Amino acid sequence: MSQGGSRLSSTPSQTVGPYLSIGLPWEDGPTVVEEGTEGAVWIRGVVTDGEGAPVPDALIETWQADPNGRFDHPDDPRGAVPGFRGFGRCPTNDDGEFGILTLLPGAVPGQAPHIDVSVFARGLLHRLVTRIYFPDFAEANVLDPVLNSVPVERRYTLVARRTEDGYRFDVRLQGEGETVFFDV
Amino acid sequence: MSTSTESGLVLPTYRRDPEGTHPPLDSPEYRSTRLRHPKQPLVLLPHKLTEVTGPLLGYGRVGESDNDLTRQHPQEPQGQRILVHGRLLDGDGKPIPNSLIEIWQANAGGRYRHVWDNWPSPVDPNFDGVGRTITDDEGRYEFVTIKPGAYPWRNHDNAWRPAHIHFSVFGTAFTQRLVTQMYFPDDPLFFQDPIFNSIPDEKARQRLISSFDMSRTVPEWALAFRFDIVVRGREATPFESPEDEEDE
Ligand SMILES: [Fe+3]
Repeated sequence: MSQGGSRLSSTPSQTVGPYLSIGLPWEDGPTVVEEGTEGAVWIRGVVTDGEGAPVPDALIETWQADPNGRFDHPDDPRGAVPGFRGFGRCPTNDDGEFGILTLLPGAVPGQAPHIDVSVFARGLLHRLVTRIYFPDFAEANVLDPVLNSVPVERRYTLVARRTEDGYRFDVRLQGEGETVFFDV
Repeated sequence: MSTSTESGLVLPTYRRDPEGTHPPLDSPEYRSTRLRHPKQPLVLLPHKLTEVTGPLLGYGRVGESDNDLTRQHPQEPQGQRILVHGRLLDGDGKPIPNSLIEIWQANAGGRYRHVWDNWPSPVDPNFDGVGRTITDDEGRYEFVTIKPGAYPWRNHDNAWRPAHIHFSVFGTAFTQRLVTQMYFPDDPLFFQDPIFNSIPDEKARQRLISSFDMSRTVPEWALAFRFDIVVRGREATPFESPEDEEDE
């Protein structure tokens, strides 16, 4: 791009505060695909703090490839594939619970299927970033470069568990079983 | 610099911000961070396909009066009418067009329309305090709203938040996602606010303060404030030379 062009410094991050739920939720935010879509799964979980208490003022956002591992985005060098929103957004409820209805992502070249996650909350001055992997792709997970960069005893925090209507992925912000968060 | 992935895809990477730009997650003065900041170190995530792409949310997410918070009810809200405008840019100064910007804020009396906010300042039935808009071809955005009031909170003795508007922007890549707060010039409450002061770098902190913009005030109608938002820029252009393409 503009090599040697005018460089601007980034705007700093601030917390969403306790009242994010007036501004950020969308009615269709949790449903990346419509209910009843073939193959759709619910990814449900609870956000908890350092004392294990549920966090009722958090928001989860997800970003992922489509079932073929493609993105509807011009910077996918293989070309954009339209039709799949790939983005989900769900505030936590009073019990700290969230749910996202989506299709399993396909493998992107060189990586196991995964979903990127942003966590926002009161008390978080900057979003946290994590990833969801799936137990169904155990072989690909073993080879995944990002999972392999995580200390082996903490990798389990990034792998969702199978449930009746999809998967369970809890987010522990701090302490026992703390979720692995990434510096992106 | 670019990332040649295992598959040979050539992708841009985004510059990481200098130390001090963003608040540390563990900021003891802001008490809510105590039980919510991770204690384990963050793991470095290289910029791969999922991180250099991101949701492109634009038209279809915004209704007609979503960028005018004074026209969302039959009557006008109480307070000082203001125009808040600026540009969404990346770190190379390039405007980001057709991009969703979301805001939320307290009313003129410093009260949010939220069930948990019940300090004794009146709710304004004509003000929701929620706005959305899309940047134009030059990355510009504009809201008409009411100047929010300061509000008390229980963080420390006699704590007050300086007046602010919450902003949410996406940019074009997952790496650029940003939620922040815009402040107003010369607010006397900055000195005691641990959220504003959580940003270590003084210059970075100042970038959250909008500037009064006389040129955009509307005579006999509204004051104006300008707030540009900058999300991370890319490293220099990825080479797409034959060597790179063959790179495994
Ligand atoms: Fe606020």
